[in-house]
Amino acid sequence: MRTHLQKRDNRSMRMTILVPIISLLVSFLLGALVLLLSKANPLVTYQAMLKGAFGSQTKIQYTIAKAVPLLLCGLAVGVAFRLKFWNIGAEGQYIAGVIGITWVMQFWTFLPVWLLLPIGMVVGVACGALWAAIPGFLKAQWSVDETLTTLMMNYIIIGYAEYLYINAWKAPRGNMGTILYPEAAWLPRIWGRVHAGVYFALALVVVLYFILYKTRWGFELNMIGKNRRAAQCQGVCIKRNIVLGMLLSGAIAGLAGAIDSAAVTHQLTKGVNSGYGFTGIIIAWMSALNPFVSILVALIMAALETGSDALQIMKLPSAMGEVMQGLILIPLLAGSVFIDYRLVSRASHTEATP
Amino acid sequence: MNAIDFSTRLLAATLAMGTSLTYATLGEVYTEKSGVLNLGMEGTMLLGALAGFATAFKTGNLLFALIMAMGVGGALSLIHAFLCVTMRANQVVSGLAITMFGSGLANFLGQRLGPASNRYNLTGMNLSSKFSNIAIPYLADIPIVGALFDVSILTYGLYLLVPFAWFFLYKTRHGMVIRAVGENPRTAAAMGISVSRVRYLYTLIGGMFAGLGGACLSLSFIPSWNDGMTGGKGWIVIALVIFSAWNPARVVIGTLVFGGITSLQFSIQAAGFKLMVPAQFLGFSPYLITLLVLTAMTIIAKKRKGAFASPAALATAFAIDDK
Repeated sequence: MRTHLQKRDNRSMRMTILVPIISLLVSFLLGALVLLLSKANPLVTYQAMLKGAFGSQTKIQYTIAKAVPLLLCGLAVGVAFRLKFWNIGAEGQYIAGVIGITWVMQFWTFLPVWLLLPIGMVVGVACGALWAAIPGFLKAQWSVDETLTTLMMNYIIIGYAEYLYINAWKAPRGNMGTILYPEAAWLPRIWGRVHAGVYFALALVVVLYFILYKTRWGFELNMIGKNRRAAQCQGVCIKRNIVLGMLLSGAIAGLAGAIDSAAVTHQLTKGVNSGYGFTGIIIAWMSALNPFVSILVALIMAALETGSDALQIMKLPSAMGEVMQGLILIPLLAGSVFIDYRLVSRASHTEATP
Repeated sequence: MNAIDFSTRLLAATLAMGTSLTYATLGEVYTEKSGVLNLGMEGTMLLGALAGFATAFKTGNLLFALIMAMGVGGALSLIHAFLCVTMRANQVVSGLAITMFGSGLANFLGQRLGPASNRYNLTGMNLSSKFSNIAIPYLADIPIVGALFDVSILTYGLYLLVPFAWFFLYKTRHGMVIRAVGENPRTAAAMGISVSRVRYLYTLIGGMFAGLGGACLSLSFIPSWNDGMTGGKGWIVIALVIFSAWNPARVVIGTLVFGGITSLQFSIQAAGFKLMVPAQFLGFSPYLITLLVLTAMTIIAKKRKGAFASPAALATAFAIDDK
């Protein structure tokens, strides 16, 4: 019996919830297949990953700490994706944030120490926003393809950051990395490894939810993404909103960078291109751009990362986390069609059409 | 070293660098002409590079390595075709997923397929054979231009494949079918063409080319495997397709320019010039130039309507009974 897809009258609520859950399970099965084919035991590997992510209190703390920048990057990407602006540059905007806060911490020494952290974070946020505004402006003004511009800007700032921590801003001792931020200016820890960045991230979830779902501007952003022409007819200024949307998106990614370096790395150094920006894309898409759902997805992604760090110690392939993160989107993309379409057999369809 | 020597070496390095880019760009042109945008090039090239290197390492057979690279690249792009054509997924996000999965899988396999003596890692392993340059007698001795006749078999292959792609897409009936599917799938379908079949086929072919492009990196020049060794070349490919205005004949210009810029920094260093700018700035210069050229070209295209026009149905899903 041949089947085909028929458009549903309404989006299926049941599928909206079921599809991501099933996709997650399917991706773990596919991951098991990859492990089997490469002669690793999937059960042992998954167990090791689970233990690595949640096995002890410290490990749970590490996972939560890792989830903070991931969640923020997911939120950042989500804002842009809402506009159908394909911002793949959260990675670069994150790095811009790190560079911004490092600049303040290292060179604004005329300030009292207690002011370094708040001002550093503001500058980090501003750097992220500006770095994102460039592709936003190029898109708004001349419709330059944003997937490419945001991506190219990642490579540019990765190179620039490298120049800073290897040459220009290098600490006198050691072979790479800037000097550590003054300890009094670190973002305080609240529970073991978990730092105060959690408060920022959670507060932002609420604020963003309010902006995106309850304000006129959020409604406009959504409308541009869903139906650009309708938005234009309603008098929504698309150009301005694209630039504003990207400013917000970049600001959030910059905040992620500022928070993570103020709380965890305390310097600009190798590994600043951590891939958080790319994982943010997965988080945004898996959570269907919903800030609250992003919290859960960010925790899962963080667990995959801390879990695969544990694999390295056990001499299992640590790149498994990377494979799993890549795999998660595939069943989700395949399954999402069932939210808007239903599968019907050819026979019943031909009866329905005149 | 004199100027002629320097130019010859620069051209040789450019050809070596440009070969990989040209294969992948040709592949993406085929795919995009049929209306499918495959942003998965970066991951597909990386997986191709891994497959080629791993096969050559295990079997020592270079031809088999190329076939494996193409097969793996094709298989990965079939996932993209399935998601975009059959499941009508968003092509941008699907391409990103392919890149993330492909890169992850390649890096993972690079940690698994090596010898036990190297902790199963392929990084740092050497190959017994590689695609070395074959000089054509007399022709290769011409100053500067001679570099064109002292290249690997992979580059010679392009001397045929590039003109063929142009001829195939613009001068044959089947090429017209592909373009029709990319420009106006509804009309193509009305003519009895199976839009999905064409899109599957050319996404597959594009992926095979990308796999081959990746293998060029890991099997010629200095054969090696490193995590993430494509380093963004797959994204340059996407930009090169735009620069070439989806025309295979113009692909060569773009890849030569970009291969040239990338190899210029090495040639300058090899020639012993003292650099005025930090090495990292040269490292990101290809991406900065891509950004600037892309912006300039888009502005020109906006002023002169019709210049650099993409296939009209690019990145849109098509289903025959959609309204």
